[in-house]
Amino acid sequence: MARSKMSPAYRRYTVSIVLLMSAYALILFGVNAFFRNSAPSGVSALLAALLPSLPIIGVFVAVGRLLVEDRDEYRRSLLVRQCLIATAFALAVATAWGFLEDFGQVRHMPGYWATVLWFAGLGVGGCINALSQPKAEED
Amino acid sequence: MNNRLRILRAERQWSQQDLADRLDVSRQSVNAIETGRYDPSLPLAFRIADIFELPLEAIFLPDRKD
Repeated sequence: MARSKMSPAYRRYTVSIVLLMSAYALILFGVNAFFRNSAPSGVSALLAALLPSLPIIGVFVAVGRLLVEDRDEYRRSLLVRQCLIATAFALAVATAWGFLEDFGQVRHMPGYWATVLWFAGLGVGGCINALSQPKAEED
Repeated sequence: MNNRLRILRAERQWSQQDLADRLDVSRQSVNAIETGRYDPSLPLAFRIADIFELPLEAIFLPDRKD
């Protein structure tokens, strides 16, 4: 009984991430060009500046969708652990950074770095999950 | 929680992948349950019991301190 390695939910997730990241690159490029060439202001500037965040928010939605759609409860539990580690990592670093910044020890970081930290935390969580798995063993 | 999954599987000469396919879960899940790293939910435990045609208590055993 051969079984595909990647479940339909993971396949959808992978496709979504590729599309969202492509959209992010294109939007960021476009918005940069827009601000460079036309110096917008008011509502158009606000909306344009918001645009690059949308595909990133879409990634959070894709992760949430994967958690809902994956039929494999053990794999879901691993993903939940990975997300919790990522959240703890991002909040811990952001909190420490905030105090360091308040007391003038480091420079200001834009808020979207919290998202970068969360993605880095997903990597940390993925490593912890991988280390918690036994090596490929005999059936 | 302990379980007799590995023994029951071996009696039927099923690989972890065979059982995973029957349960519609990943081989990783079967491995995690067998090795006691993951306790299945009640619905999955019932699916396992159905597949082996055994009552739950013949497959899953409570942890005993002694």
